[in-house]
Amino acid sequence: MKKDIILAGVGGQGILTIATIIGDAATAAGLNLKQAEVHGMSQRGGDVQSNLRLSTELIHSDLIKQGATDLIISMEPMEALRYIPYINKEAWVITSSHPFKNIPNYPEEEALMKELENLPHVAALPIEDVAKENNLPKSANVILLGMAARYIDILSPEQLRESITRVFASKGDKVVEANLKAFDLGLEAVK
Amino acid sequence: MITRKLLLGDEAIALGAIHAGISGVYAYPGTPSTEITEYIQAHAPEVRSRWCTNEKTAMEAALGMAYAGKRALVCMKHVGMNVAADAFVNSAITGVNGGLVVLAADDPSMHSSQNEQDSRFYGKFAMIPILEPSTQQEAYDMMPYAYALSEETKLPVLMRVVTRLAHSRAGVTVREPRPQNVLHPETDRTHWVLLPANARRQYASLVGKQDSLLASSEASPYNSCKRPAATGNVAPLGVIACGIAYNYVMENCPQELGIPVLKVSQYPLPEAAIKALANECEALLIAEDGQPLVEEQVKSLLGADYPIKGRLTGDLPRMGELTPDCVGKALGVTIEQPYVQAQNVMPRPPALCQGCGHRDVYDALNKVAAEYEGARIFGDIGCYTLGALPPFRAIDSCVDMGASITMAKGAADAGLFPAIAVIGDSTFTHSGMTGLLDAINDGSNITVIISDNLTTAMTGGQDSAGTNKFEAICLGLGLAPEHVRVVVPLPKNMEEITRIIREEIEYPGVSVIIPRRECMQTLQRKLRNKK
Repeated sequence: MKKDIILAGVGGQGILTIATIIGDAATAAGLNLKQAEVHGMSQRGGDVQSNLRLSTELIHSDLIKQGATDLIISMEPMEALRYIPYINKEAWVITSSHPFKNIPNYPEEEALMKELENLPHVAALPIEDVAKENNLPKSANVILLGMAARYIDILSPEQLRESITRVFASKGDKVVEANLKAFDLGLEAVK
Repeated sequence: MITRKLLLGDEAIALGAIHAGISGVYAYPGTPSTEITEYIQAHAPEVRSRWCTNEKTAMEAALGMAYAGKRALVCMKHVGMNVAADAFVNSAITGVNGGLVVLAADDPSMHSSQNEQDSRFYGKFAMIPILEPSTQQEAYDMMPYAYALSEETKLPVLMRVVTRLAHSRAGVTVREPRPQNVLHPETDRTHWVLLPANARRQYASLVGKQDSLLASSEASPYNSCKRPAATGNVAPLGVIACGIAYNYVMENCPQELGIPVLKVSQYPLPEAAIKALANECEALLIAEDGQPLVEEQVKSLLGADYPIKGRLTGDLPRMGELTPDCVGKALGVTIEQPYVQAQNVMPRPPALCQGCGHRDVYDALNKVAAEYEGARIFGDIGCYTLGALPPFRAIDSCVDMGASITMAKGAADAGLFPAIAVIGDSTFTHSGMTGLLDAINDGSNITVIISDNLTTAMTGGQDSAGTNKFEAICLGLGLAPEHVRVVVPLPKNMEEITRIIREEIEYPGVSVIIPRRECMQTLQRKLRNKK
């Protein structure tokens, strides 16, 4: 069994935290894992992505083949669309619906969302708003992880929750609780 | 005790080096090599490690440690090899005493670089062993192997990785550390004093070692051939897969296609293994990330009549990093791709951070430069290279570390006015100081902006070698004190800054303006850590 995931966003949005949580859960579960990250110049507000590969079998390539990705998890709707050539027919796209406009020629929002919603398997939520409404301003990325949790299915939501507890443990109980709450909000939102 | 850790390729190299008993790591930050030294600094206080001024000083310090009998690591990005090249090539002539590994992290596709030169050419040029891991586990395992090889052959060993391995994470099984070497300095001066008579003897010794280096490659555990279940027939295609390219080949299941694969992760090339593979196949595909080094060598090894496919024949792209897709295509694998490129996607280039002092520097420069028809602004390497992009479009060149000052000098010598250089604080101490001395000695009419954000920002905020020393350095190089000006780059100071730039442009000689304000990233990190 394998699960090939592309994490996408804009430099500074916290996609590497999502990768860390999934990576920790996969390691605890004894799965094989490869995770290609972007470091360097693009982290200054450019587009960033991470190829995250989980498998019960040996993984060769650090990069996912085009047309082979099972899941896109994106902190930004246009960034989700950027990786469409990489997904397979059954793939799910889990994304924030809140555009991050730091370029002058950002596409027309309505057309962008329409193109996104034309894909067969999409879940989009304004995660920043959900985070604010629930007084979890720093946990929008973990809400997104919660939304994706059912589709990561090589790991259970419970394994991901345990990983959140471990990853945030050094920051204290309050931070752990906030992130568990954020995760559950996301999980419930895409039932 | 054996444990398993999730490590970046860079971290696997770092931990491998720590466990191989290194006593020092020497480096200048450069993507994608930076995290190696950062990991050692964070996890091995017993290892000597402070950021160096540039790759040449790093290479020489590492050679000095190897001279003294201890194991040393020197790390750099591929273009850093150009800076270190003098010391690097001669270290193969002197040879080493304690083990020395030179780690070069190449950046095919130029994710964060000015070119995609392939460091394996340097290893071949210097005639030393080269290692090229394909996985994080190999990167870890190869470090003790590399140090043993270095001490056995008495030569430095070049380890070459690419961005995709350096910045990719995987599980790595780690072992018990080996203790550091004891101090045992070299006693034979003739190896180390490279007067022509000694150098000729040492070079003859290096040439004489080549057969044993080849034998070591032929027997290396890192060079091996995977053959599909025997069919008795000659295979239509075989593959030589180097370093990380091996992963992309294996991702396409060559066994199922009846394609034998020779993995090469140690050089010089294992010639016997290549000839054996060639005999079993009708043609060979060479999969290597970077430039077609192996492809050219295999061509000359097998003769012009043997069909070779690779980057030179167009079977693989001539430039850019390899992917499982392009390698699959070269192997004849078709991909199923249900969706093509989306319509509503635009490029999102990186930009200078909001509040960054470089922004105010470029605002001021653009204002003043607009007043001079012939103005040119020579840029340099760092975050501030982003001043080339909108909304600033401020710089006319960016070539290599330090070139802003020396190119401004040459252009001014040719009569260009005003010739303005913009260089960051860390780049200035890396390679700008010597050029500034040239300009001062020649009385060149240039205006140099040292945009000082108190850190090496582009690579994540490492210490900058010249912090708190820039005025003293400029005065020491011979600048007149009244032409070393310091300003604080903030919008509220715009009038003062533009006035000072104007004054120094009008001064017919070398002047330096130092806009100084801390990097927003390091400032915010400090504030977070305080909380």
